[in-house]
Amino acid sequence: MTIDDIFKQRKKRWNSLIRIRRNETVEECECPKCKQRETVDKVRANKWVCRNCGYYLSMAPMERIQMVCDEGSFREMNGDFTSEDPLHFPDYGKKLTALHNATGQTDAFVSGVCRIAGIKVALGVLDSRFLMGSMGTVVGEKILRLTEYAGRKKLPLIIFSASGGARMQEGLFSLMQMAKTAAAVDRFKQNGGLFLSFLTNPTTGGVSASFASLGDIILAEPDALICFAGPRVIQQTIGQTLPEGFQHAEFLLEHGMLDAIVEREKCRETLYKLLAWHQK
Amino acid sequence: MGTKKQLTPYEKVLTARDVKRPGIMEYIDMLFDDFMELHGDRLYRDDTSIVGGIALFHGMPVTVIGNRKGKNTEENIQYNFGMTSPEGFRKAVRLMNQAEKFGRPVITFVDTPGAYPGLEAESNGQSNAIAESIARMSCLKVPTVAVITGEGSSGGALALAVADSVWMLENEVYSILSPEGFASILWKDAKRAPEACEIMKITAEELKEFGLIDGIIPEGKKLFPALDKMFLAELTRLGKFSGSALAANRYQKFRRMDGLYKNTSAWDGKARISN
Ligand SMILES: [Zn+2]
Repeated sequence: MTIDDIFKQRKKRWNSLIRIRRNETVEECECPKCKQRETVDKVRANKWVCRNCGYYLSMAPMERIQMVCDEGSFREMNGDFTSEDPLHFPDYGKKLTALHNATGQTDAFVSGVCRIAGIKVALGVLDSRFLMGSMGTVVGEKILRLTEYAGRKKLPLIIFSASGGARMQEGLFSLMQMAKTAAAVDRFKQNGGLFLSFLTNPTTGGVSASFASLGDIILAEPDALICFAGPRVIQQTIGQTLPEGFQHAEFLLEHGMLDAIVEREKCRETLYKLLAWHQK
Repeated sequence: MGTKKQLTPYEKVLTARDVKRPGIMEYIDMLFDDFMELHGDRLYRDDTSIVGGIALFHGMPVTVIGNRKGKNTEENIQYNFGMTSPEGFRKAVRLMNQAEKFGRPVITFVDTPGAYPGLEAESNGQSNAIAESIARMSCLKVPTVAVITGEGSSGGALALAVADSVWMLENEVYSILSPEGFASILWKDAKRAPEACEIMKITAEELKEFGLIDGIIPEGKKLFPALDKMFLAELTRLGKFSGSALAANRYQKFRRMDGLYKNTSAWDGKARISN
């Protein structure tokens, strides 16, 4: 089988998965903020932004990929990596199987190569629907491999993060993925690579405290929750209510932790502009 | 020895938190000569929950960095219960850079309930500070040895533990978060911490079996002699490598922590388009 055949097969698989998911989902979806109901097609056409209140709905990785990549240019990598459940954690295997069936993904990270306005990039997207986008061994390994691939092929690296942090069910293995991914992107950057880290709602814990905070340029979507310790943990620790907007993207921008906030509508063109400026 | 009672994982958590255990200053006193503490992150303030400085180990200058906890309430408040803020991680990074510049090995002592979850810590970039410490430690061009001497919890512990050689004292714990936090996330009940400890796999024996730590140090009377012997052996072994070889080996070491320890070909056998 040639590599092209694998591409084709893979693409066919993805398309069929997307179709299945479309059939399974109700035609309408509800905005978590204003509760407005809309057809999925209309919401998708509006880049998954609520047409009533402007709320940014979370996006499945393939939706995000379709939004930023040139049409049909995405080729997935390592799409079948599955956790070996290193702790033999109760019910974890069953949970993974159920999520695989529901999303078509084997874990919370989809990665591959694509083009953005003609420029070839290594792209990865975390999925907050899959165990909160938590980083276990599969997510860590796929981020590392994507980063090493980008390094070998001299491609820019773009990662969209959306994560609750560590994968509880993988214990200390999960913690070590912070070391792996941080080391990989650090090395990639030292060798001249461009890493654009794009933080979406929510980016917290072990993901925000590792590779996601190490972008050459760090971008975020408006109002995204970005933090190390979540609001609930802080409230429990200091016992007081948090100020309005605390830990949201605008707050981080004000405190010097982000380069820019980028609206979803301008996502693709912003990435293109930055990529074009860094073309060698 | 044969009659010594085995502690349960939760008993080890309690041991690890016992205020009567040796603290960072006792380790420094017992194992090094002429310690001089170096303060501050050069950006904002000195975070006293992390101690750092230079000392002599068998006559050789080394950089020592570690978490500090108090022995009583007053001290605990002063050292923020061993919970580090961004300024502490940035101080650690400053001292690592200094160590690398002057070719000094770095020895770290890890004992923290986790990075500080507070308003100011978040405002000052806790995530960024931890990430930078992890990344910096991962590529240091000098030998690095870390020892978990109490509770090593979450990213706050890892920030000082991305070392060439990582050791744990036999009755201590190293975990993704506290068992209480784990139980409250998983079962919405922090009181189930003892149960959580059983499935979290946080003891030295379990982590050694997983290949996530390199060795175990006995406690009791043997503690300090064993640590001295280990540091001497490890620094001698690591001292034979060039700076770039150390960084490259360390990268490969953490790269292999993929949870496939018993089935290393599970992913490599699968069709994929990378390479
Ligand atoms: Zn709405």
